[in-house]
Amino acid sequence: MLSHDILIVGGGLAGLSAALSSDPSLSVAVISKVHPLRSHSVAAQGGINAALGNNPDGKDDSWERHAFDTIKGSDYLADQDTAELMCQEASLTIYELEHLGVPFSRFPGGVIAQRPFGGAGFPRTCYAADRTGLVILHTLYEQSVRQNVRFYNEWLVTQLVVKDGRCLGVIVYDLENAEFMPVQAKAVVFATGGYGRVYMKTTNAFINHGSGIGAAYRAGVPLKDLEFVQFHPTSLLGKNILITEGARGEGGYLVNNKGRRFMEDYAPRSMELSPRDIVARAIQTEIDKGNGYESQYVHLDIRHLGAEKIKKRLPGIREICINFAGLDPIDTPIPIQPAQHYSMGGIDVDKNCASAVEGFYAAGECACVSVHGANRLGGNSLLDTVVFGKIAGKKISEYVRGANGVTDSEKNLLDAALKFKNRVEGWRKKDSGEKFHILMGRLKALMNEKVGLFRNKNELAQCLETIQELREAYEYVYISGPCLRFSQELVNIIEYESMLDLAEVITIGALNREETRGSHYRLDFEKRNDDEWLKHTLITWKEGKPQISYKDVFIGKYQPAERKY
Amino acid sequence: MKYLFKILRFDPRQDEHPYFQDYSYETEETKSVLEALMEIRNVQDCSLSFRYSCREAICGSCAMVVNGKFDLACRTELESLDSPLIVVEPLPNLEIQKDLVVDLDPFWEALVKIEPFLHSEGAIPEKGHRIEDEKIDKIFQYVNCILCGCCYSACPVVSKRENYLGPAALAKLYRFVKDPRDKRPFKNWSRVNTEGGAWGCHTIFKCNEVCPKEVRPADGIEALRRKLIVEKIKSLNPFKR
Repeated sequence: MLSHDILIVGGGLAGLSAALSSDPSLSVAVISKVHPLRSHSVAAQGGINAALGNNPDGKDDSWERHAFDTIKGSDYLADQDTAELMCQEASLTIYELEHLGVPFSRFPGGVIAQRPFGGAGFPRTCYAADRTGLVILHTLYEQSVRQNVRFYNEWLVTQLVVKDGRCLGVIVYDLENAEFMPVQAKAVVFATGGYGRVYMKTTNAFINHGSGIGAAYRAGVPLKDLEFVQFHPTSLLGKNILITEGARGEGGYLVNNKGRRFMEDYAPRSMELSPRDIVARAIQTEIDKGNGYESQYVHLDIRHLGAEKIKKRLPGIREICINFAGLDPIDTPIPIQPAQHYSMGGIDVDKNCASAVEGFYAAGECACVSVHGANRLGGNSLLDTVVFGKIAGKKISEYVRGANGVTDSEKNLLDAALKFKNRVEGWRKKDSGEKFHILMGRLKALMNEKVGLFRNKNELAQCLETIQELREAYEYVYISGPCLRFSQELVNIIEYESMLDLAEVITIGALNREETRGSHYRLDFEKRNDDEWLKHTLITWKEGKPQISYKDVFIGKYQPAERKY
Repeated sequence: MKYLFKILRFDPRQDEHPYFQDYSYETEETKSVLEALMEIRNVQDCSLSFRYSCREAICGSCAMVVNGKFDLACRTELESLDSPLIVVEPLPNLEIQKDLVVDLDPFWEALVKIEPFLHSEGAIPEKGHRIEDEKIDKIFQYVNCILCGCCYSACPVVSKRENYLGPAALAKLYRFVKDPRDKRPFKNWSRVNTEGGAWGCHTIFKCNEVCPKEVRPADGIEALRRKLIVEKIKSLNPFKR
């Protein structure tokens, strides 16, 4: 049986950071369902935060200010010790990345350039034009080549195998060879990213089904705060491709059909550079009030920045607008609308990235440490992936060096693989039934409609009912293609089950949380309620159903106060 | 609008030869080739295989040949092809793994040969490196490469000379050599001073033509050649300091 000391699942920023910081004397491997460079991290645009103080307006910045902004932005749901940890590590992380090869854009004098971002007191977002994810992912991949990291590409992890509270390994579907097999490990890190495609409208890649989070959940690992779903204010009308917050950071305006910069009515001080939850709701409110265009979008206007600045600082979004909307933002405002973008919640881990299951760790978007609380600030997700990916690699190495072997591990893994194989055979034997894409389409539309920017009890309850119907329909799902090599149909059928689980966990969390906090806006409970709800939601798959519990938030220096921007 | 898709099919473990399969596809909306392929797969034939991920021309998964043109399927709009007949083929000069999925291993192996990572020296500078923005701008053209494989697949030299590194790897090498932080010794990177390296290019510029990200890899190869010559002359100059 294939066996490693450490298995890292996911080849995006968090996964590669974990791989690079793992003890090289251990046997480490990365499993990814796509080639690592095809991971969604590559699509990050605007930048990565660190209080370097390079911007003339950022001289007084400090990691403490960064931490405060992060905590305030989180609507005080972030655990303050972990947010501080991330911000303390930020500057060194940037210099490390730079030393590894990241070509950050520069200011005069040659220092790393920094632009303003939403919810930040100072301009502290470091960037490489608007292709920051591309350059960091490629750099970390280059370093993985240098360090001879072992990759298993185009393997989908279908199951996390846990026995008696201890992680034994994973079951994989090898797409090229159509094989289903166990991989044994002393410890496993999930760095599997988000679940954006649970929603119809999302900035996320087609592959972001969240099956990693789903696999952890089915193995009994608690999920934390999944009801907090970030909707990015500015996604391109149509395909909902991300248009970076950097466009507003560079000075772009949001304008309604009356030609007004409407953010004045919602956040007069911070305007377009308020936190994402506030800006996204403002845009949707304008559209709902009839102040949008064709009842679906408003304008992001960057024309006044001028051709030179747009070409230099925002070439990527210009290319996206030309390729995917047939317009040049130098001459024409960009039609934008909010779309699902990021998951604040995820696999419940502590500041060492360790979960409740021994030997199982998680980092990056799939994990919830929690540094982002109820709303993540732009520029903090790349930082999160690199900082906590690194911590995961180090901590898991320490763990493995002290871990004992597990008896019967191989037998349990083989049993699980066989069981999975039989399941696939079951889908294959049927020659009619439900097709995955119809079910998936229904779920996505449902989540968009019922668990979006604005929520209420009735719709959330209805949503749960429909999820149950979709679950029943899933029993009839079948594989129509005759060949299982490179079968995206099979990938989708496997991942769809996770999507159902996550949709349910998001909705249960949202239904129970009778308050408004950060990205979670309840029309029937429009105020934040610290007395009852300053706590993390935990949902665990136990005895065949989701069980809900709660956990305290770590409050440090900063007492929860009303957010004003 | 009604389209006839002719898609190359091949499973080397079952089929003797590749063949084209026809699918009719109708849509009223603006769709990319990738979206059309996904719908054809979902509705008509789930055995059809192709790679995809970001759908926004940044991950490099869906490079293929559509009506004879190398491009990313996600950024190729059906309407732009101006034809009711859409012929979709996998990247040529690479082994087909299944249908439109090709084995990119030779491409990745070529990349590894140029040591595609920054050779920075010493400890991390306390306040970071100092680099003028113009210098970063100069390498950014090559940094934009998403390693989709279009140039490698389209290169006529790659198709004939087995050990040729190809445009992407050579342009990537130039990106590092040009980076002020990179301290790789000349004797190390001058290994490309061969027919399998920088001198293998026949300046047909197919790579520049097919690159979906306007990287213009041939510019990098040309620049590498100039740098190789300059370094060579320097090393031959007996009066150099």
